[in-house]
Formats: sequence, C-alpha cells, structure tokens
Amino acid sequence: MNNPLVTIDNLTVRFDDRLVVDRVNLSLHRGDIITIIGPNGAGKTTLIKAVLGIQPATSGRIERTKGLITGYVPQHLRLESTLPLSVRRFMLLSGQPLQACEAALARTSVDHLLDASVHHLSGGEQQRVLLARALVRKPDLLVLDEPAQGVDINGQAALYELIRQLRDEFNCGVIMISHDLHLVMAATDKVICLNQHVCCSGYPADISHDPAFIETFGQSVAESLAVYHHHHNHNHDLSGNVVTQNHASPALEGTPRGCQHDHH
Amino acid sequence: MTIIDTILNDFFWRALAGGLGVALIAGPLGCFVVWRRMAYFGDTLAHSALLGIALSFLISVPLNLGVVITSVFLATALMLFSRNKTLATDTLLGILAHSALAIGLVALSFMPEVRIDLTGLLFGDLLAMNRNDLLWIYGGAVLILALLIMFWRGLLMSTIHEELARVEGVPVERLRLLLMLMFALVIAVAMKMVGVLLITAMLIIPAATARRLARTPEQMAALAIVFGFIGVTGGLSMSWHLDTPAGPSVVVTAFATFLFVYATAGRLWARTG
Repeated sequence: MNNPLVTIDNLTVRFDDRLVVDRVNLSLHRGDIITIIGPNGAGKTTLIKAVLGIQPATSGRIERTKGLITGYVPQHLRLESTLPLSVRRFMLLSGQPLQACEAALARTSVDHLLDASVHHLSGGEQQRVLLARALVRKPDLLVLDEPAQGVDINGQAALYELIRQLRDEFNCGVIMISHDLHLVMAATDKVICLNQHVCCSGYPADISHDPAFIETFGQSVAESLAVYHHHHNHNHDLSGNVVTQNHASPALEGTPRGCQHDHH
Repeated sequence: MTIIDTILNDFFWRALAGGLGVALIAGPLGCFVVWRRMAYFGDTLAHSALLGIALSFLISVPLNLGVVITSVFLATALMLFSRNKTLATDTLLGILAHSALAIGLVALSFMPEVRIDLTGLLFGDLLAMNRNDLLWIYGGAVLILALLIMFWRGLLMSTIHEELARVEGVPVERLRLLLMLMFALVIAVAMKMVGVLLITAMLIIPAATARRLARTPEQMAALAIVFGFIGVTGGLSMSWHLDTPAGPSVVVTAFATFLFVYATAGRLWARTG
C-alpha cells in the first residue's frame, strides 16, 4: 500500500543543450494529490511526461509500479476538423464497453453529450470528456495537464473539487499541472514549485511563505495566496452542496524545503 | 472462370478492375492522409516513384518492387530527418519531392536504351493495365485492408492524440512506420493508374468528399471507398466516350463529385456535420 506508484530519482532532461528538468526528485503514492506550479517553460509538462512514462530521462531514474494503469488528461484535444468523431466513438476507442463509458461520462456530469461531436464541445465540456476518458480505464494514477484551462471560474472550482472526489473514490494518485494558484492552494495536498529544478515543495499553506516561492512568483502573489488558503473540513459536490468527509492527509515530508542555492 | 477470363481479356474491364482495386485502398488510407495532414508527404513519396522506376531499370528488378523500395527508403529518411527540427517539414518535403522527381528524370535520360512512356508514368496509363498489374493491385489491397482492420484502433488513437495513445500503450512509432509503408505500397500499385503526379488526388479527394457526409471515422473510410469507385467508374466512362486520358479523367470525375457533394449536402449537414 505504501509503495509509491511512481518514483522519480534525480531526473534530468535535456533537449539538445537546453536543460529542461534539473535533478528533480518526486514520489507519488495512492491518495496523493500533487500539483506542479511554475512559470512558463519551467519544464512542468516534461516532468509529467516523465511520470507518464513517455519522456525518457537524460539522466536519473523513473520508476513506475509494474502494471500501473495511467489515466492521462491532456491539455487539449486538438482534433483536425476533417476527422469526424462523436463523444461515444471517442470513449469506445478506450476499448472499454459502452456501459462503462456511459458511467464514466455520468461521473463527470457530461453523459448528456454522448452523441455530440467532439468538435462542438466547449472548453469545460471537453475537459470533462477527457477526464471521463481517463476514468473509464480505472486508473491507479491520474495525470492532468492544466485541467481547468478554458473553463470558467465557477467551473474551475467544481472541477478541482471533482478531482479530489475522484481521488477518494478510485483511491488513485493524482499529479497535475496548474496555473490557477488560488484554487490549487485550496484543493491540493502538496505543491511542487518547479523552475527547471524544484524551487520549493510542501503543504500549500507553508509554501506561500517560502522565500523561493516568493522569489519565483513575487511578493504580491504570495501574500494574496496566504489569504486565500483555508483548511477544508468539508467538500462540495458539483451543485455546491456541502459533503462532509474526513480523509487522512497522506504522509508527506511535511515542511517545505527551500532551495540550497542562489537564485539569479 | 470463363466469364472472368473474358472480362480480363478486355482492356477496358481490366482497367476498371484495377481502378476499383486502387480505390478500395486509397479510400481508407486517404482518410489518414487528410486526418494527419500528410498530403504533401504523399506527394513526396509519389514523386520519388519516378526515381524508383529509374533505379529498377538500373539494377533490373520489377518496376513495382523498385518503387516500393524507393518509397520505403524515402519514407524512413523523412521520418529520421523530421526529428531534427532545423528545417520546417514542408520545406524538407518540398526539397525531397522535387529532387526525387528531377533525379528520376535525369537518371532516365542517361538510359537511352530504356524506352519508357514518360507521359504514362507521370499521368497514368490505366488502359495499358495488364494481368500482372492486377495481381499487384489486389495483392496489395488485401494486405493493406487486413493491416488497416487489424491496427485500426491504434492508428485512429494515435491520429486523435499521439501522447494519449502512447500512455494507453499504443505503439505510436511503429504504427507511423506501418502507415508509411502502406503509403509506399499504395503508391507503387496506383502509379500505373493515375501516374505519379495525380496519385495524391486519388488519396485526398474521395476522403475529403466523404468527410461532408460522415459522422464517424469508419463511415468516412467506407464513404471514401464509394466516392473512389464513383471517380474510377465515371472517369473511365468519360475516357471511353470522349477519348480523354484515363488517369486525369478519373481525377476530374472525383473532383466533380467533391464539388457536387459539398454544394448539395452543405446545407443539409451544416448543423450536424
């Protein structure tokens, strides 16, 4: 149970001469929600591709549990307009039976879109269909690349809440990239601030006081985040009703770890 | 057997049988060309076919085999080159397409003892199709259709979202190679029909026509076959009655069908397509 799903040990990735990911360590267990934040070009996508097992390391080690089923929610579904595709057909391409596909769509509240064309979905609908596509495979590990992109502000909160609920239902590990700092701070267990290397990592409440975080995002962002974060003792369902729930926080290293070197 | 024999003894029916066989594989493969934006890639492979012909004369192997080998070689080279991003893919394709065509023409001019019909190679010589060509076409068709059915889900998934497919365990790279090999084969067998300059049209036009009416990828592939059949049958009839060149007539008919479908079905399907 306590074996990590994915362990990343001293991972370095270079594209040609450019250093993209610099000596990153990370371990992800069942029940964890880890959010990667960081400026553009910080190597976030490369790091989660390594977690997905589709990005070879230049040096370091990526270890995934044998037989790990990964659900991947990409940033977009950039589909050629020449390819006709309904949500039904897209879901069935997972190789799962229709019933399971319908159940997954219902879980992300988009079952009414079964016969819609994938081309005509709004940003939020597309994200939920992609999430359903990941869920239908009953993943041990859920990897999301900016899941709330193109989703309006109310939808964003609901989406992050849904991800938390799915974590509890499937008892899976979750790792995601996000730019929605306020929402991330409230809805995640552990934050990794990436800027090629891990700037700082730890609980959301602590990280906003971390000097390295303030260095990366600026004083004003850090201060506003400290205000926004509050501890949840309840959850909301998609209609906004309060759902009481107590799940133990997964064991983490705890205190944030600052950088051991200077920032320029 | 005698009926088939009689039919195959007639050049017109041979041409029709060959054309339909090509349309049968050009339809579904053409869908992938359209979906993956590989039109220019198809052109490049087709142009290299002429180089393949020159090489087959040089080392005396059957023409079809020479063309397949050259296309496969070029497809692999393209795959390797395109990983190195110093040149944009369309620039690279443009360089290789026209260089292959030019080298082919130059090489053929060095072999005066080889008497070949250049117009036939460039624009097709459907009416000169012999039984051996038919064997190549139907052998290729059976092989390609079997491969397409076998790997359909993986091919489609890697077309929709390459990384998602990779995460789900689809061997994306190997399927890309397979697709290129299938293109090489279809070009080798279709060359005789419409010629190297018009092969891409036979891949793209029926698929693009089908897009207007299809709601699923499978429907689109099936409809592309139907529109290919219409193009071949109509084109050959036109060629027969009006004494026009067969290959271009097939393309003209396919194009007319495309215009007709988009003009008439446009309003009907605009909201649902």
